[in-house]
Amino acid sequence: MQKRSIIPIVYILFLMLPIYWLVAMSFKTTNEILSGFSLFPQTFTLENYVTIFTDPTWYWGYINSILYVSINTVISVAVALPAAYAFSRYRFLGDKQLFFWLLTNRMAPAAVFALPFFQLYSAVGIFDTHLAVALAHCLFNIPLAVWILEGFMGGIPKELDETAYVDGYSFPRFFGTIFIPSIKAGVGVAAFFCFMFSWVELLLAKTLTAVAAKPIAATMTKTASSAGYELGLLAAAGTLTIIPGAIVIWFVRNYIAKGFAMGRV
Amino acid sequence: MKTENQKAWFFVLPVLVLVAFNALIPMMTVVNYSVQETFGDNVFFWQGLDWFEQILRSDRFHAALGRQFLFTFLILIIEVPLGIIIALSMPRKGFWVPVCLVTMALPMLIPWNVVGAMWNIFTLPDIGLLGYFLNHVLGISYDMTQNPLAAWVTIVTMDVWHWTSLVVLLAYAGLVSIPDAYYQAAKIDGASNWAVFRFIQLPKMKTVLTIAILLRFMDSFNIYTEPFVLTGGGPGNSTTLLSIDLVKIALGQFDLGPAAAMSLIYFAITLLVSWLFYTLMTKDDLN
Repeated sequence: MQKRSIIPIVYILFLMLPIYWLVAMSFKTTNEILSGFSLFPQTFTLENYVTIFTDPTWYWGYINSILYVSINTVISVAVALPAAYAFSRYRFLGDKQLFFWLLTNRMAPAAVFALPFFQLYSAVGIFDTHLAVALAHCLFNIPLAVWILEGFMGGIPKELDETAYVDGYSFPRFFGTIFIPSIKAGVGVAAFFCFMFSWVELLLAKTLTAVAAKPIAATMTKTASSAGYELGLLAAAGTLTIIPGAIVIWFVRNYIAKGFAMGRV
Repeated sequence: MKTENQKAWFFVLPVLVLVAFNALIPMMTVVNYSVQETFGDNVFFWQGLDWFEQILRSDRFHAALGRQFLFTFLILIIEVPLGIIIALSMPRKGFWVPVCLVTMALPMLIPWNVVGAMWNIFTLPDIGLLGYFLNHVLGISYDMTQNPLAAWVTIVTMDVWHWTSLVVLLAYAGLVSIPDAYYQAAKIDGASNWAVFRFIQLPKMKTVLTIAILLRFMDSFNIYTEPFVLTGGGPGNSTTLLSIDLVKIALGQFDLGPAAAMSLIYFAITLLVSWLFYTLMTKDDLN
């Protein structure tokens, strides 16, 4: 083992410690948590998880979150694909300004938009639906998806397009059967990022929902304040929110590094 | 080279419509509020630029802005060098590469309020792992609900935990794109480790590092959920960052006018600094 590999090992240990503590907490009884410090669960219990999987307000939180995240990912990637193609292949009036304007939406603090979003989506009549949250998250996910896809498309030589047209392909057929398959890594990475930012965002998701589409994160905040301080239950709910992210990240593991660089290396 | 084609506008139209719906309408609402006074019941009075003047002169805003800049400065000064060091010492190929990448990316996929809650549980003075260790093993008195310094150390450590991996992954992507031939050439020239870093690795990482700095600036400047869940802005106002203060004014006190004016000033500052980074980035692309 090389001496310098100590640095990543120490770093990963630092990353895992709070996660370990959360997971350990979720297997403890409330009594044990409040009675004092213990490094491992003394009386191992699944009670917290049973509560979550049997109480509809809990497990519907997860279903709601997964629903709006999926809708958002599909919309974002679908509309970003042609737009990214336009930015990477053509010059048109106002293209640079448009691209920069799109990116500025990634910079807007969500706190700024919370109240106007609530009013807008109430006025349109889709407040407290999964679609509302999915559309609202488009604000920052579409620009990001365009940015990532444009980076990946830039790596595909323009000769590919020209050859296909010479061979008599129509644009839709070329785009669907040749171009998209050749940037499928980029599509995967863009979908991953849309999933990630929609999954971790809470402020807008909480503002735009009341009961029917309430995300898991909001259910958690409510538990933390109302039902006393049920740390074990909170820890179990938190642990379960890590799992979807861990699964998705496993699928893109070979593209992670390039993906975070938005294809720009 | 790109060809000129105005029909490309049709390709960007869906994106334009969706983003404009989400960006322009709420933005206009904010602009509307920022120049009016209301006593409820949808009755508004023209207020001009008074709110802007009031915010720009208020000590409360200056204090929150100062804390925000301090926080973002600390984040950049810690996370960027640390991320580069970790990326440099990571394995380049083999079994451990995906293991490292997946475990490092994990904190970024945890919902932000869970990150706050997790660090809360982790730092509780008597029953949290870190809190217990500091108080009862090292004997350092640590309680972030009482001590502003402890609260600051905790939110900065939490952000380092949460986001350093972003810098690591970006820097790592830059590093693996360097062909082996470069290193062999450097070896033949007898270049020191520092020279390899300074003249081969750093220039190759430049683009990705600019993205990293830009993203870390924007996200740390707009941070809300994690410190709000962890400290609630306290003790006192010591960790009330800009977003937390904004939400307090807008939803806590329902002072929509001042809150809207503050939103616009806040957005303008983020935009200005990000624009500076963006120009630097595109300037390099041209050369």
